[in-house]
Amino acid sequence: MIAFNARSTWTIYKREVLRALRTAMQSILAPVLTTVLYFIVFGAAIGSKMDSGMAGVNYGAFIVPGLLLLTLLSESTSNGSFGIYMPRFTGAIYELLSAPVGVAETLIGFVGAAATKSLILAAIILITATFFVDYTIAHPFYALGFILLVSASFSLLGFILGIWADSFEKLGIVPVLFMVPLTFLGGTFYSIDLLPEPWRSVAMANPVVYLVNGLRWCFYGSSDFPIGLSLGMTLGFLVLCVAIVAWIFRTGWRLRA
Amino acid sequence: MEPILEISGLTKTYAGGFTALQGVDLTINKGEIFALLGPNGAGKTTLIGAVCGLVRPSSGTMRVFGEDITRNWRSLRARIGLVPQELATDMFETVLHTVNYSRGLFGLAPDPARIEEILRALSLWDKRKAQIRALSGGMKRRVLIAKALAHEPDLLFLDEPTAGVDVELRRDMWAQIAKLRDRGTTIILTTHYIEEAEEMADRVGIIQAGSIRMVEETRSLMKRLGRTEAHIGLVTPLACIPEVLAGYNLSLAQGGHELLYRGGDGYGGGKAEVAQLTKDLVANGIDYTSIDIRESSLEDIFVDLLEGAAA
Ligand SMILES: Nc1ncnc2c1ncn2[C@@H]1O[C@H](COP(=O)(O)OP(=O)(O)OP(=O)(O)O)[C@@H](O)[C@H]1O
Ligand SMILES: [Mg+2]
Repeated sequence: MIAFNARSTWTIYKREVLRALRTAMQSILAPVLTTVLYFIVFGAAIGSKMDSGMAGVNYGAFIVPGLLLLTLLSESTSNGSFGIYMPRFTGAIYELLSAPVGVAETLIGFVGAAATKSLILAAIILITATFFVDYTIAHPFYALGFILLVSASFSLLGFILGIWADSFEKLGIVPVLFMVPLTFLGGTFYSIDLLPEPWRSVAMANPVVYLVNGLRWCFYGSSDFPIGLSLGMTLGFLVLCVAIVAWIFRTGWRLRA
Repeated sequence: MEPILEISGLTKTYAGGFTALQGVDLTINKGEIFALLGPNGAGKTTLIGAVCGLVRPSSGTMRVFGEDITRNWRSLRARIGLVPQELATDMFETVLHTVNYSRGLFGLAPDPARIEEILRALSLWDKRKAQIRALSGGMKRRVLIAKALAHEPDLLFLDEPTAGVDVELRRDMWAQIAKLRDRGTTIILTTHYIEEAEEMADRVGIIQAGSIRMVEETRSLMKRLGRTEAHIGLVTPLACIPEVLAGYNLSLAQGGHELLYRGGDGYGGGKAEVAQLTKDLVANGIDYTSIDIRESSLEDIFVDLLEGAAA
């Protein structure tokens, strides 16, 4: 008995990555452009007028991790969701369902490809950012690991979203309705220590706060709370998503009639 | 005969509460072409979906290649191919790319020569670099067939493979399917073209309202139910069937102006009998002006059976 089909996994992964390259304009250029606009407005223009910086870091540099996350979260989610939603929508999913692949192959193939796109995106954004703001990365390996973890987790979340959604509207609404507000309020542009109570406590309930702070620590070695907490929360979220996907495959929810 | 697929007590009730399959028992033999016939909504696609993993059965068991399908499903599924009824695939991909993808998805190493062979056999080689959306409907269907063949399955399901394919190509596809069978592939197809089943299938199964009504060898079905009908126009009307013709299954029609023959086995036996009948007519001085012979098709039989079941 073959418990895992490596070639099938590779085939899915390769096709999904190639599809992203085919639509590079939409999946890479557009988010990079958006992020660059933020760097220009908030980093270069406004940031230069803020002498004190934020949390001891120059403001332009301060927002780099947050902006990177803003893009990573929304792009990972939408890449992850489209990859599986489209074949469901067109009916092409029949082939995947009849193929000798299970939850492991499908997840590694689809989510791996979505996460790969996110990593490429992150690299491009970080390189582009050097043209507009001065920033350093204090813990590059932690940063890489953290970006990987976040990309994988939110691609997974997107995958679940893509299986749950039964219309394009639902597919589009979750990122806009939840992801963008949570990220904006999650301390992308400010340190949540600046918030007065009770807002600070409210903000603590926002999971994105831990992500932004985790990545900020990787960049500048300081953050609102310990890195262990951020890593733990993200890892917990990843495990939860994997469990949900495993359940979906076992029950065939929204996949098998 | 060695069974390749054994379905027993298969039931499917969809989420909405509709029961599309009610206790289906069906055994498919290795190496045969089996045609599943039945009206729209009979449960053909549901049955195929249950075997291929698209539909979760409510109850029943299925064994493929001698093993329970829920065990070792990875290695079992790798040997099953499916051409779906609906034209569903990524329309922006090229033909060659999508067919290569199918092979890889089913766990096989790339084999350009084999893929070329498949595409040539389906007259798609010239279109290999075209995006699927730029193909005609019949070509798209052939792409789906190519995808299903890419991993060289031992058991192949074709859900209305020739829907929307023109007459000439359809004959071509029949030849291709026959060739596959000769290579040892077992084929289960559904079709609304009865001619197709009659032409290709070793056995036919008739499904209606989620139950298999009948499974029989195409040949013996034709023999049992196949009919040659001859209408013989007479010069002088007859009042009754003459004694000398008592050996034939005859009746009078059109007020005695027409002699009506029914008989045969659907495989030409009736025609021979009609030829003999005409000689007997001449020998007995019964003159005629016209002979109209017609072979009833599986379609007529099918309609009769379904009407019989409904009555
Ligand atoms: N996903 C589904 N949910 C609910 N009912 C379904 C579903 N799929 C099929 N059905 C119902 O099950 C019945 C059998 O459908 P099925 O597609 O198996 O028929 P079929 O024999 O393939 O028909 P056709 O010749 O039109 O292709 C139909 O009444 C159909 O409405
Ligand atoms: Mg059908």
